[in-house]
Amino acid sequence: MDLDRALLWLQSTAIAQTISENEMLFPWIESIHVLAIVLVVGTIVVVDLRLIGVASLDRAAGTLMRDVLPFTWGAFVVAAITGSLLFSSNARDYAHNFFFEGKLVLLVLAGLNMAVFHLVGARDIDRWGPTRRTPLAAKTAGAASLLVWMTVVAFGRWIGFTLH
Amino acid sequence: MGPAIGKWLSALTTWLEHTSLSHALQVTSWVVPTTQTIHILAIAAVASSALMVDLRLLGAFAADQPARNVSARFLPFVWWPLIVLLASGALLIIAEPGRSLRNPAFQLKMLLLAAAIAVTLVLQRRLRRDASFGDRGAPRLAATAIAVVSMLLWCAIIFAGRWIAYYR
Repeated sequence: MDLDRALLWLQSTAIAQTISENEMLFPWIESIHVLAIVLVVGTIVVVDLRLIGVASLDRAAGTLMRDVLPFTWGAFVVAAITGSLLFSSNARDYAHNFFFEGKLVLLVLAGLNMAVFHLVGARDIDRWGPTRRTPLAAKTAGAASLLVWMTVVAFGRWIGFTLH
Repeated sequence: MGPAIGKWLSALTTWLEHTSLSHALQVTSWVVPTTQTIHILAIAAVASSALMVDLRLLGAFAADQPARNVSARFLPFVWWPLIVLLASGALLIIAEPGRSLRNPAFQLKMLLLAAAIAVTLVLQRRLRRDASFGDRGAPRLAATAIAVVSMLLWCAIIFAGRWIAYYR
């Protein structure tokens, strides 16, 4: 299968082999990956709880997002880079793992949810003000985001238990 | 680890390993991964909330608000999820006593956690006594020191947590 050949090639690159063979490198990269995910999910939860209208109500939603999201993006970049490095070290097995595949699908869903929200639901975000009543679109986007990201964490943990 | 503490931990480990609760948790395949997932989500809440406060102390986040306000908003999300962390952590210890209690990475994690809780308490007390702590014009060294130490501790805790799996 062409995909398998590409994955095996990826696994055979110098960097991928170094990571998989070096006892210290994989755990260190994985630890940074975990730290990055912790920050991505934690900061997104802060924003989502504001969108749902449950927390940080004294702060305007637009301001909160502008404050927090740069850190979310920074952490996401680190998570993506470390994730790619980890993936490359065992590409074929990860690619065929149900929970890894699911995690990628969920990340795409999270991205779509975010894109739709920013393009459609958040257009008048600066007019909401510091209030509990957020538009239904925002509540939906926030709740969906929470569900998807919690599942991302769950699937990520399950990869470790189901990798062959 | 002093020999007395080591012996006590070994005794506790052996006792836990023989409880029926420990066996039950081990044979139900989904319990440990699910509990670990909850544990990770709780860490996300705690570490990110602590980070928001620490960044404010460094003037890098929500600098237009008094540090006291930012702290009042986020510190509850350090304390309450900490309870979830302790509960899920206890469950994980009961399920796999040897993997945790006798593991140097786990022991280090607990020491770091105690330090992080202590630093957070110091910060809370400081903010209560000094309304302008961490704000412009107030002495910056203590605020910076607390923020940096706090961030380093939470990072180290997360790293130590992952290393439990690698320390056999």
